[in-house]
Amino acid sequence: MKKIRAFIEAAGLPRVIIGGFLVLLFAVAPLAQISVARSVSDTLVRMAMNGVMVLALVPMVQSGCGLNFGLPLGIIAGLLGALLSIELDITGFAGLFFAMGVSLPFAAIFGYGYGLILNKVKGDEMMIATYVGFSSVSLMCIAWQLLPFTSPIMIWGYGGSGLRVTVSVSEHWLHVLSDFLSFQIGNFYFPTGMFLFLAFMCFLVWGFFRTKIGTAMTAVGSNPEFARASGIDVDKMRTISVVLSTMLGAIGIVVYQQSFGFLQLYTGPFYMAFPAVAALLLGGASVNKATLFNVIVGTFLYQGICTMTPSVINSLLQTDMSEMIRLIVSNGMIIYALTRKVQVKR
Amino acid sequence: MEHIGKEYFGNRVLADVNLTLQRGEILGLVGENGAGKTTLMKILFGMPVIKETGGYEGKMYLDGKEVNFDSPFDALDGGIGMVHQEFSLIPGFSTTENIMLNREFTCYSPLVELFGERLQTLNRPAMRQRAAKAIDTLGVRVDPDMLIQEMPVGHRQFTEIAREIDRESTKLLVLDEPTAVLTESEAAILVKALRKLADSGIAIIFISHRLQEILDLCDKILVLRDGMVIKEAPTKGTEIRQIASWMVGRTVEDKKQDDAVRVCLEPILRVDHLWVDMPGETVRDVSFDVCRGEIFGIGGLAGQGKLGIANGIMGLFAAGGAVTWKGKALKLNDPHGALEAGMAFVSEDRRGVGLLLDEPIDWNIAFTAMQVQGRCLKSLLGGLIQWRDDVAMASLAQEYIDALGIKCVSSRQRAVELSGGNQQKVCLAKAFAVGPELLFVAEPTRGIDVGAKKLVLDTIRETNRHKGTTVVMISSELEELRSICDRIAIVDEGRLAGMLSATASVEDFGLLMLGAGKGPEVAAGVR
Repeated sequence: MKKIRAFIEAAGLPRVIIGGFLVLLFAVAPLAQISVARSVSDTLVRMAMNGVMVLALVPMVQSGCGLNFGLPLGIIAGLLGALLSIELDITGFAGLFFAMGVSLPFAAIFGYGYGLILNKVKGDEMMIATYVGFSSVSLMCIAWQLLPFTSPIMIWGYGGSGLRVTVSVSEHWLHVLSDFLSFQIGNFYFPTGMFLFLAFMCFLVWGFFRTKIGTAMTAVGSNPEFARASGIDVDKMRTISVVLSTMLGAIGIVVYQQSFGFLQLYTGPFYMAFPAVAALLLGGASVNKATLFNVIVGTFLYQGICTMTPSVINSLLQTDMSEMIRLIVSNGMIIYALTRKVQVKR
Repeated sequence: MEHIGKEYFGNRVLADVNLTLQRGEILGLVGENGAGKTTLMKILFGMPVIKETGGYEGKMYLDGKEVNFDSPFDALDGGIGMVHQEFSLIPGFSTTENIMLNREFTCYSPLVELFGERLQTLNRPAMRQRAAKAIDTLGVRVDPDMLIQEMPVGHRQFTEIAREIDRESTKLLVLDEPTAVLTESEAAILVKALRKLADSGIAIIFISHRLQEILDLCDKILVLRDGMVIKEAPTKGTEIRQIASWMVGRTVEDKKQDDAVRVCLEPILRVDHLWVDMPGETVRDVSFDVCRGEIFGIGGLAGQGKLGIANGIMGLFAAGGAVTWKGKALKLNDPHGALEAGMAFVSEDRRGVGLLLDEPIDWNIAFTAMQVQGRCLKSLLGGLIQWRDDVAMASLAQEYIDALGIKCVSSRQRAVELSGGNQQKVCLAKAFAVGPELLFVAEPTRGIDVGAKKLVLDTIRETNRHKGTTVVMISSELEELRSICDRIAIVDEGRLAGMLSATASVEDFGLLMLGAGKGPEVAAGVR
């Protein structure tokens, strides 16, 4: 009993509950005539798809800016990059990396402005971030109509102007990253390229937080007064973290799109921040401390639930419960994290 | 009150305090900061903090009956009123509303039938009358309809007192430094008003640092020091000088270890007309020189600005004036610049500013040195990436853990898990790691036990003697300053009240601290 309690304490109650639920889902999957190999594969694909976006939250959490509910800002930068890449008709890896490369300066500019705003509202970052995210999405709804894109793939068939709600990437760089070095065993498909890319991004973030500037950023998040007394420019560190978060968000959405197959414009980015935030918190991060371990575990658990509930629960209960469970888990997780003070040990 | 004692987390703050008060008597309670005045009053008033930290010892009697208040509400019902150091008024309410809060007169309205008593309307004229009467008792003019936020502080203080005396049952009134925010004339009015109240049969406990007032107002005086009653005396025939020496004067046992006369070689730091806007510790106009290689002490009562001096020079709070460091002007409001110039600061706010509580010890110790001087870093890719060197950090931390005897599991232990004394050592280690030429130490022994105190002071002295570090030490504990410093400046109301050699008599220090050392022309200038 003591061991179990110690384990729960070390892993964090929500992680244990969700983890147990996920195991249960995998266990009953055969009863619902669902292939476990296929399910695991789906979970992994979704995990790799979303991983970078969850990772994008880490710099801001570490610098004390809270959870980046303004992730849509980075996503918009990523969308701009992706659109330009399609507009210029660049295909394959070149197109994908062009999209990422072009989105970065956009993300840096957006992130800088966003950072300036957040520095003015210290203590209320998360609420303001939510509004920044929402309002930027709404603003871009107008922009998508007006931007002078001409590629027939992405403008409305009638009228000949304005972008469509969803734009397919299938003719340009669909699955280029997913299929890189990927392999299939029976029903089990493993997107090696995406995982390599995720690992690479994790490595970059890990490395960043081991540099002088990354160390300073962590200290700012841990105790801004201490950092200031040690001669650190707190506002500058916070701004850098926001820029970094936004840039990672932009790269994250491009990875997501190449696997998903479509760019989702207009209100598409609206709620993108919530699943990412929920995944990070599920991984055991707190509002001011997050590790890469939290990112990986959290994304796996959260995406596992998202993958398994529609298939398993729906076929067992014959009702569409999956969406509800997903909402309860993601929003419930956010509320839980915001109310508790102690973080899990690792 | 009989045999009152209290411990906070094993730290004894009150021991065996006895106190009796007759009806209509005024008692003046004096003592240094941390002497236990406020704690004593908190026990009397049944503040929850007392209960949460393990209750108190001894017994209290009110009108011959033993009482034990569980909460301030009980104390209010029992007839004890308290005027706190900080205002507890609602800024957006008028004087009347504040005085009558929760004791409003009410009128019947039809809504009561539906929703109950809470919907009775207020009988404002009656309330106003009652409030005006309470204010009149004090003998001052305060507009009963004025909003608190628009009032001068003096009037707020009167409002607060009026609220306490308005309660019919009040038998004992406690005033915790009520005159600190008042001007001389207002204070005089207050003293008169209190006298009047006492004549009407209310007993009053009056806490103040202005000894003259105590002598003017009180019937008897109780001096606390280190949680013990040092002296209880009638005010008649007592002099300010006597009280001052009772307050601060403890027998000085440990003389300085090396009594060799140390000559001031050259000023290393010159401060001219410094002002610092630090909340609660405002520095108005301070000028002094610090000599190379000395230990310079800054003393004074809490809230007078002594902490503001170090915080201002280190750039943590907005400051102005001129600071010359080794012959060159030091840029103010720039923490990085001050650190780079070779100064370091051990903050009085250990947990708030001094430590990264959630990070391990080695981070705490090495962080400033890393960020300011680039220590514990490896250059990768030709200096493009400044990589953190964990091994160097750990060994740097270990060096100080051994040198200062920091009790911990390893250098990876989180700072929050350490005891207060060890946390303070980590703070010192952080400052030493920068290798400063000038070290500011603010309240280095606050909240740590006696053994750790000695260690911390010895470490500071050692650094000064062996490494030649110039030290500016700021402390509320005069004895501590006298035991280690060469010269001591006393700060009062944001200005330098005077500078004395550490061997000067205790009374002289006491007088400076209490502002009595000021010449009449200075006193007039302050007000």
